[in-house]
Amino acid sequence: MSALLTVRDLSRHYAVPGTGGERCILHAVDGVSFSLAAGRTLGIVGESGCGKSTTAKLVLGLTPASGGEVLFDGLPVTATRDGRWRAMRRTMQMVHQDPLAALDRRLTVGEQVMEPLLIHRLARGKAARERALALFEAVGLREDHFARYPHELSGGQRQRVVLARALVLEPKLVVCDEPISALDVSVAAQVINLLHDLQIRFGMAYLFISHDLKVVRQIADEVAVMYLGRIVEQGPPEALFHTPAHPYTQALVSAVPSLGRHTRERIVLAGDPPNPVDRPAGCPFHPRCPRAVSRCRSEAPALRPTPDGRLAACHLVPAADSVSAAA
Amino acid sequence: MRGARGRSPDSGDRHRAVIDGVSSPTVMTPASSSVRSSAHPVPGSVAAPHEPLLALDAFTVAFAARDRAVPVVHGIDLSLARGEALGIVGESGCGKSVTWLAALRLLGHGVVTSGRVLLAGRDLTTMSEREIARVRGGRIGLIFQDPTSSLNPVLTIGAQIGEALALHRGLRGEAARAEALRLLDRVGIADGRRRLRQYPHELSGGMNQRVMIAIALAGEPELLVADEPTTALDATIQAQILDLIRDIRRDSGMGLILISHDLGVVAELCDRIAVMYAGRIVETAPARRLLAAPRHPYTRGLMAALPTLEGPRVRLAPVPGTVPAPEAMPPGCAFAPRCVRATAICGTRVPELAPIDDRHEAACLALDQRGFRTTPADAPALAGAPA
Repeated sequence: MSALLTVRDLSRHYAVPGTGGERCILHAVDGVSFSLAAGRTLGIVGESGCGKSTTAKLVLGLTPASGGEVLFDGLPVTATRDGRWRAMRRTMQMVHQDPLAALDRRLTVGEQVMEPLLIHRLARGKAARERALALFEAVGLREDHFARYPHELSGGQRQRVVLARALVLEPKLVVCDEPISALDVSVAAQVINLLHDLQIRFGMAYLFISHDLKVVRQIADEVAVMYLGRIVEQGPPEALFHTPAHPYTQALVSAVPSLGRHTRERIVLAGDPPNPVDRPAGCPFHPRCPRAVSRCRSEAPALRPTPDGRLAACHLVPAADSVSAAA
Repeated sequence: MRGARGRSPDSGDRHRAVIDGVSSPTVMTPASSSVRSSAHPVPGSVAAPHEPLLALDAFTVAFAARDRAVPVVHGIDLSLARGEALGIVGESGCGKSVTWLAALRLLGHGVVTSGRVLLAGRDLTTMSEREIARVRGGRIGLIFQDPTSSLNPVLTIGAQIGEALALHRGLRGEAARAEALRLLDRVGIADGRRRLRQYPHELSGGMNQRVMIAIALAGEPELLVADEPTTALDATIQAQILDLIRDIRRDSGMGLILISHDLGVVAELCDRIAVMYAGRIVETAPARRLLAAPRHPYTRGLMAALPTLEGPRVRLAPVPGTVPAPEAMPPGCAFAPRCVRATAICGTRVPELAPIDDRHEAACLALDQRGFRTTPADAPALAGAPA
């Protein structure tokens, strides 16, 4: 209804050759559901290979889903590159990690910010330039940057150009995939503040994907933690990061190096995340989970509401209905 | 001992080229060298009991450009006690990696250094190639950011650990194999026999970083130089590697230079932190003191730019602007154009590192001017953060 973006039971599987050459199925994204309201920010966190970037591509229709659906403004997003997809993509934009790779080195940054307007035939000539310049001002670039090439700008300025280019079409949704991971500390903080200010000014929603819990906490209204293609916990950032419910979130939070190290107990997980091709039976996290019981080895937990209103996929976290039943 | 291949024979001359390939070494005058050189022991002096494990003495680095040398590190004075863990933090381009790569003479041609790098009194800058090769991987172990590209993809893990054992410990055959297994066990790699036969691409990034640490430990180093050792790793794997480095240091008493952009990582492992900006150390203090009471405006800005997991969510307050390019250094204090506290004097001369109180130093003219250095009234307020 009011949700701008609704994702239902979304999956993406890849057929990959196994160690013996046989066909195996890699479950990159496996039954992910969430929704995002207009003007809000959903953060997705997780380690490499958890499926967070694949989720971003599926949301934008850059790669076809194996199952489930994505609804944007009530309409299904497909990966068919037709006129309808292009029209929809006008209101859904993407910001990548490496701004230099996302920019064309042979065009001035001004031309690149104007280009989406020309492609979508929204403005030409002087009008396009004026709209692009307005975005330059919004992202904190000067008019004299307009005629520069990407290599003449710093990393932070390039990411500002990428943001200006994404915003020139007045999107309703911006998918940010690790947008500040390649930036230095003070520049990263400048861009975080900028993303926040731009959202207030232009009102778009962000799907904000990052491995960095601290950055996600800084920007998100709601956070989903992914592990091996599934959401294992979802809730408001304060609750999720201060009192994580899922053992994986607990380990992730405790692994964040803290300036006041004495305040938190460190949970160090054994081993690496398992290969998504060879996913453990039952709860995918159980081989690394310090609290796993026998049920975790056989039965995969569903993502259920917890008493305080967030969602968790863990047999050991009491569900909201079981608590009310007990009371 | 004396440098071969055309190095300046005068080891007392601090303005010399130690790397070949630069026809006329550009003479740089690090602002601090003349002031501080007297404080350091004369070269060749007998090892004293309190002698630092490693000391940089007015160390500078410049990259040779077409017609001139661009200075990137402007006179670092630093010493590391035996068993001490020192964190070097700063943003890209501040010279934190270059300082140590140049000190170990890993940057090759086109780099001009001056000053001294004393490892237990021996100057690395005047050693022969043979001697420095024995130090690297021997007395000083090295690990880098990307373990998978630091390892040789066409050699097995066993061959690569074996190479280090042969080179630095003279171990071969069964003795080397037994020691390699012990090292793999030490770095927490299970099933060592199978791992020794595997190649880097068969191991995860965290596993490869453990292998890198095993290779670094093969030479039984007195000092480990770790350049962003966990930056390429996932959060839970980073926690494992930080714990491993901490355990090894506790057992072996190995010194540590940890280079990182991440103050949190440095805070986890280090006794002392040095903050670098634009090729200089701008503040150094015991880790807890620095984090509790940073004094240099850049350190304060760096900390205000960090999002946290604890406490209320507040808007970040980053330092405006970006780090200046080495060829476009502003006059005076390099941080002045971005500094909220800058006054007219800041553009006139380069601030020296000067004591604030015991073991806490900062290089800031505004601090000097406003009497922010230690005063009796100031001391109790800082006592909450023990040195």
